[in-house]
Amino acid sequence: MIAKAYALFKKDFSSELRTRYAINSLAMFIIVAISVILFSIGNETINESLTGGLFWVVIFFTAMSGLARAFVSEEERGTTLTLQLIASPSTVFSGKLIFNLILVFCMNLVISLLYSALFENFIVQNFSLFLLTFILGNIGLAVASTIIAAIIAKAGAKGTLYPVLSFPILLPLILTCVQLTLFSFDGTSFEEAQFELAIVVGYDVIMFTASYMLFDFIWKD
Amino acid sequence: MNSFSIQSQNLSKFFGRRLIFKDINFTWKDNGIFGISGPNGSGKSTLVKIIAGLIAPTSGKIIHKNSDGEIIPEKLHNHIGFVSPYLVLYEEFSAWENLKIFAKIRGVPFNKEKVLYYLSQFLLDNRKDDLVKTYSSGMKQRLKFAFALMHSPDVLIFDEPTSNLDEEGKKVVYKIILEEGKNRIVIVASNEMKDLELCQEVLFLEKYK
Repeated sequence: MIAKAYALFKKDFSSELRTRYAINSLAMFIIVAISVILFSIGNETINESLTGGLFWVVIFFTAMSGLARAFVSEEERGTTLTLQLIASPSTVFSGKLIFNLILVFCMNLVISLLYSALFENFIVQNFSLFLLTFILGNIGLAVASTIIAAIIAKAGAKGTLYPVLSFPILLPLILTCVQLTLFSFDGTSFEEAQFELAIVVGYDVIMFTASYMLFDFIWKD
Repeated sequence: MNSFSIQSQNLSKFFGRRLIFKDINFTWKDNGIFGISGPNGSGKSTLVKIIAGLIAPTSGKIIHKNSDGEIIPEKLHNHIGFVSPYLVLYEEFSAWENLKIFAKIRGVPFNKEKVLYYLSQFLLDNRKDDLVKTYSSGMKQRLKFAFALMHSPDVLIFDEPTSNLDEEGKKVVYKIILEEGKNRIVIVASNEMKDLELCQEVLFLEKYK
């Protein structure tokens, strides 16, 4: 199953390189969102908690602009049926999840680098806590975005529905990740951040399991 | 000879409150060419999609069996070859790349000789490296046959197989249907008399309303 999912990921990756379906919109959104924040704050220095919050706001909306493409692009091009004929639902979900995971990690790495270069108060004191938050947050974001993308792909108003449906599902993850990011700015230890870390791990496990169980029903008409 | 059977048990489909068909029962075994016919909107495409496991019936069921027993839905796709006008291949890839990608995702070996044979049968061998988006609708239709046949499925489902094809293309398709019907189950959903003349048994959907 892993080899088949990897083949599907490779297909999506090659397709993305040729069509630039998601990469362009993600890159443009990151640049526009960070520019707007920079213009709006002007010469002011924003505090740590606002920096951490805005960091995840940019991540959330960038994810909204690009991650739905995994399934929406198949639906818009009419290739969903082809995919149903060549792969089992679990292979499709795994392949799309690998693609979204890599996209989320690359996207958030760029956002993090831009934030650390452009925002004075983006100073991480506990780097390992930040890294763990980054990894767990990205996994949760990718899994939730992938299953929501599969749900909305067949709907008419995809563009509106995706952020609306994602918001309540991603809210617990984003809020906890904001808190953990602030902890990493403060230099809070792992022991003190245990509760929040457990929430993110629990979120990832629940989303991953529920997504695999539900995808079969979503994928078949 | 292929040892495969498709059994329909009281198959019915509604879209909302609208009845498409009800209580369809049949058993198709081993090999042969079986037709599905009916006027536009009678549910031919819906029925073939249900047979291929792409959509679920409202009630009743389709059972696919081979020598090892009943095939689970998770593995059904590798036993089915499907051609239809609403099937779309990846336009950003060439025909060759498409078929190679499909073999990898299916988890079956990519048999170059076999793929080349089918591409030459459908007169696409000299355009195999061109992007699918540069193909005409007839060429895309012919490529779909290579897609359906390349993994040697137990069942071939052809929904309106000759749509968009010229006379030469139709001849090749009829030859393939007759050849393949000797070794496996071939299902043809069509309104074309010439397509249905190839079938040993035809299911008329207007009888199931």
